[in-house]
Formats: sequence, structure tokens, C-alpha cells
Amino acid sequence: MAKYILKRLLYVIPTMFIISIVVFTTIQLPPGDFVTQMIESMRNQTGGTTWSPEFETAMRDRYGLNEPMPVQYAKWIGNILLYGDFGYSFQNSEPSQRIIWDRMGMTLVVSVSAFVFTWMIALPIGVLSAVKQYSIADYFFSFVGFIGLATPGFLIALVLMFLAFKYGGVSLSGLFSPEFENAPWSIERVIDMVKHMWIPMIIIGVGGTAGLIRVMRANLLDELNKPYVETARAKGMPEWKLLLRYPFRAAMNPFVSTIGWALPGLVAGEAIVSIVLNLPTTGPVLLNSLLQQDMFVAAGFLMLLSLLTIIGTLISDILLAWLDPRIQYA
Amino acid sequence: MTDNLMPSSVPQAAPVETTDAEPSIVVASQWQLMWWKFRKHRMAMISLIVISVMYIVALGAGFFAPQSVDTYSRRYTQAPPMQIHWFDNGVFAPFVYAYKQETDPRTYARVYTIDEEHKIPLGFFVRGDEYQIGLHGVPISPINQLAITTDIHFFGAITPGDPFYLFGTDDVGRDGFSRLIYASQVSLSVGLVGVFLSLILGIVLGALSGLLGGIIDNIIQRIIEILRSIPNIPLWMALATAVPPRWDPVYVYFGITIILSFIGWTDMARVVRGKFLALRKEDFIVAAELDGVPRRRIILRHMIPSFLSHIIASATLAIPGMILAETALSFLGLGLRPPIVSWGVMLQDAMNIATINNMPWLLIPGAAVVITVLTFNFLGDGLRDAADPYHV
Repeated sequence: MAKYILKRLLYVIPTMFIISIVVFTTIQLPPGDFVTQMIESMRNQTGGTTWSPEFETAMRDRYGLNEPMPVQYAKWIGNILLYGDFGYSFQNSEPSQRIIWDRMGMTLVVSVSAFVFTWMIALPIGVLSAVKQYSIADYFFSFVGFIGLATPGFLIALVLMFLAFKYGGVSLSGLFSPEFENAPWSIERVIDMVKHMWIPMIIIGVGGTAGLIRVMRANLLDELNKPYVETARAKGMPEWKLLLRYPFRAAMNPFVSTIGWALPGLVAGEAIVSIVLNLPTTGPVLLNSLLQQDMFVAAGFLMLLSLLTIIGTLISDILLAWLDPRIQYA
Repeated sequence: MTDNLMPSSVPQAAPVETTDAEPSIVVASQWQLMWWKFRKHRMAMISLIVISVMYIVALGAGFFAPQSVDTYSRRYTQAPPMQIHWFDNGVFAPFVYAYKQETDPRTYARVYTIDEEHKIPLGFFVRGDEYQIGLHGVPISPINQLAITTDIHFFGAITPGDPFYLFGTDDVGRDGFSRLIYASQVSLSVGLVGVFLSLILGIVLGALSGLLGGIIDNIIQRIIEILRSIPNIPLWMALATAVPPRWDPVYVYFGITIILSFIGWTDMARVVRGKFLALRKEDFIVAAELDGVPRRRIILRHMIPSFLSHIIASATLAIPGMILAETALSFLGLGLRPPIVSWGVMLQDAMNIATINNMPWLLIPGAAVVITVLTFNFLGDGLRDAADPYHV
């Protein structure tokens, strides 16, 4: 077992290495670079002043954009590994790691709470739907689940924002009240955040919840028809005890293996919802950095989001190997 | 699919207990069996009909849309949806009431009120904006002449130019309903083209992986794992920024579609590989091998036909993801851009809360997305159940 875990851990290194190349190449794909963007926006602001090519070259030299790609890559990845330095944010004129870590932290908080919400809602409903198959509740939740699966998160966010604004007169955007927006961390600020958290939590979780309900229902239905359930019932075991002790546990197995995939899904879904709701998470900054070709910020986000996914998968694999004796981990 | 692809030795869903004990079950082809089973899935049948109607409307967008995609009316900006009254004094004569408009002295916003004095008669097969129907969209010159130009519309105001806005108008006074129909051309085809591309990539790489095994299998599997480790939406966002804004709309369209299938193929490849691996040990394949059937023939005549239906079902279930992704990207301004209209592009207008509050009808394209995704999910479920010979 220990050997398996170690092997899986070591495996992360080459994976992250290749991902870093993919990410860096992707970030370089758009035509032009940050200097092109900057000069264009300066030109728009000043009404068509042209900038000398020498200025452009000087700017590129300053940001190290003139060097060949492999050199740029080596410098970038070297700084991350050696100093935890994610490079310079051209747009904010400051090192990008501050903004990256800040936002990643919030993303993790929002995603994890959405994840907990998803499980807390989906598992009981899934069990209910399976045990009371073809009941009104089953049909209702199946229907809601299908709608939830088919509706993009940002659309739910828009509709909720509209309804809250129209009938409640409240604005749902942001994760803090105005007075806490830029305040330093304190107990009050955390409480304020928790108050605002439930809207994004529900919106981001809804798609996942719908999927999870369906999976739980199907898994449990498969188990409920197996002979061992019948045997336990025949021996006079109370129904709820029977349910929780055997079929439920068996039906949970595939869930554990998908923890790893659920988290990245939430992180990805969060990216768009947070742009609509204007949350202080990765989404809005990532979008902006991509549009402005603030490449080190964008690359840093993509790297860390990928790392999050890989860690999620790792946790799943280990949990599964630990839980399910049928899995060979040679 | 043609019947000659079907060897008669395909796993006959052998002693099926059918309710209608027809002898035809014995000689029915695999596809016929699937169709019989599919027909029983009511939601899937309804979805099939809905999807067919949507694609027909999208193909004949010019005919079904009351107006052309960029016709605008400065007199009717931000007009709310109109309600159709089908009967006028008990006689079938559809009409809508015209709008009276005033300007709010405080906010300068236009306020529309229904003018019950003034009726705008509607009818079928009315004259309106000119449009082309046919292959005019294909950017190759002799082919795009294969189109007819006409001005007959399926439904609309009898007098051309009369205001008739079923789903309201946007900021510049363009008809939301007509734009929704034109947008469906793009939104509905992105899914199909994208899935088609991922299907080709997925089948080729999945087959290589599953059939050759060894180091090639290993490499392909690692590539898939790595691509799937990068969260899809952020990766799509990053790739979409690489599509130059000044490109021709047609290139932008294909650029975005290729980006979407860049990740989509990994799912397909996994399914195909899994099927090849599973089939290799099946009795009928082993039997064919022992009979000395050449490998190529085993793959083409025995393996592919037996999992093609399953692949089709998986592909159908992959379409909604593509449609959702296109909508999300376009909504963020990273995907398709005007002058292309897709549902995502239309939803871009509804990005801030003030606009939605003034014009809630701008969210209607979102409903179109939900309905499309929902029906494709049901259709895919139905196909999957029908394709599974062990599923009753």
C-alpha cells in the first residue's frame, strides 16, 4: 500500500511537468503579447499616438519577452520551483503570486463548501429516490435533477440575481458586504463571508448535485435488488438499519472514486459563475489576465488549478485502493 | 448505416420475451431491435421529435424567422414580448396589439403600453425581409450559388414592416425571436460538428490504444490523463483567447469548434478503447480468430458493428456538453462574437443585472439552451438503453 501511494505521488511530477509545458504553450498562443496589448490600449487612450519600435523593443527586453520560448519557459518554471515566484503581473505591476494565492484560497473555500453542500443534499435525496422508486418525490427530484444538469451555472446565477433584485431588492454579487470588501481578515469578515456564501454555493453545486442524485439512485437500486438484501430482510433486520449497513455502503463506493473528479468540475464551473457573480475568486482574474495577455498570472492560475485536479484524483485513487480490496495496486 | 455492415452472427438478443410474439424478432437486424426498444422510451421519443423540429427550423431559419437577423427598428428598441391572440371575435384571425410608447420623464426609458385600439394582423406565408435558403453559407463560390432568394415567411405580420415581436426586442430594436432562430443554426451545429471531430479523433486514437496495446496504449492513455487534469473551462478559456478577433466569422466558428473537441475526444477514446479491450475476449471474436478470419475483417465486420450503437449513444450524450461550453465561452466574450449569432452571443447582452431587470426577455435564449440540452440528454439516455442488449 505504502509503495502504491509513493508510486502515485512520484507520478505527479512528470504529469505536472508536461502540464506546465501545455499551459505555457497555450498562454503563448494568442497573437502578440502583453506589450502589443499595452501599446494598443495606450494608442486608444491617447487618440492614435504611435510608439517607436525602439520603445516596443525596450519594453519587451524589460519583461524578458524577446528571449526564445524555451528560455522563457525555463526561467518561469525555475522561479516557481526554486522561489515560489510565479512571475511578474504586467497589469498590476507587482509579483503575481500574491493575487494568485489570494484568489486560489477563496476558490478553494467556495469550491469545497459547494462540494460539501452537494453531498449533503444529493446523498439523502438519492437514497430517498431509490428507496421510494416511482413515488412523487422520486419523479420530482428526477425532474429537478434533469433541469439542474441541463442548465449552465451562469444562467442559474443570472436568473437568481434577477429574481433577488426584482422581488427582494438585494444585490447578490460579491462575497462580502461593501464595508468588508477590502477590510483585513477578522471574525466579522468571516461571518460576513459565510452569510454571502450560500448563493454561490448553491449555484455552483446545483449541476453536481443533479448528477450525484442520479448516480446514487442508480447505484442503490442496483444493490437493493441483490440477494443479500433479501436474506438480511428475511432474517428480520430492521429496514433502515439494513439499508444503511449494507446497500448504502456498497453504493457509496463509486462515489469515493469520483471525489477527485468532482472537485475539478466544481473549480471549472466556479470559474464562470464567479465572473457573473463577481466573486473574489479565480474566475474574474483569470478571464481578465487572459484577455490582457497578462501571461504569468494566467499561467499560474492554470498550473494551480491543474495541480488541484491532480491532487483530487490522487486522493480518489488512494481512497479507492484503501476501500475496495478488489482493486490491485501492484 | 447500411445493412451489409450487419453480419447475421451479431449477438442476437436471442431468446427475448417479447410482448408481441412476432416471428419477425428472429430475423430482425440489430438496428431494428434497437429501434423497437428505443420506441418504448417515451421521453426519448418526445425528445427525438423536439430535436428534429429544432433542426428543421434551424435549417430553414430564413423561412421560419419573421424577420432577418439584423433588421432593426429604431422605434421599437427594448420592446417587451407581444402576446399572440389567435381568435378575433370567434374567427380565426391571429393578431397582436400594437404598442403605445411614452418616454419616462425621469429615466428617459421607453415605456410600452398595450394599445388595444390598434391590432396588427398576422398570417401564415406572409411577405417580409428577403432571405436566402440553400447552400449560400458555404464559403466556396460555385456551391454558394445553389440557393434561392425569396421573401415568403412562415408566420409574421401581414403588412411587411409592422411590429411583431414574439420574444421582444433588444437594445437596438432587433426581433429576439428571429435572432433566436438564426442563432440556433450556430448553437445546434457547434455540438454536432464538435462531437463529429472528437468522434473521429477518439475512434482513431482509442482504436490504436485498444488494439495495439503496449507502449502506444501507454502514451495515449497518459496524454488523455494529462489533458483531463487541466480543468476544462479554464483551458477552453485560455485556448479561445488564441482565436484572433479579426478572423473571418467562419474561421472563428471552426476555431472554437476545434477547441471544444480538443478535450472532447478524450472521453470518446476511452469508450472506444474500453470496448475494444472488452470485445477481444468475447466468444464470437475468438471464434472468428480461430477460423482464420483476417484481423482487418474482424475489426470492420465484427468489432465495430457491435459497438457502433454504443458509440453513437455516447456521442449523443457528448453533444450537450459542447453546446453548454460554446454558450459559456460566447457568453464570456471568448467564443463566437458578433456578427455571428449564437445563443451564447445573445446571452452576452444579458450580462448585467440592470439590463436583465429592464429586459428579462433577453434571458429567453437561455431557455433554448436548457431545452436543447435536456432533449439531447433524454435522447442519449434512450439510445444508450436501446443499444444495450442486456438492458430490458
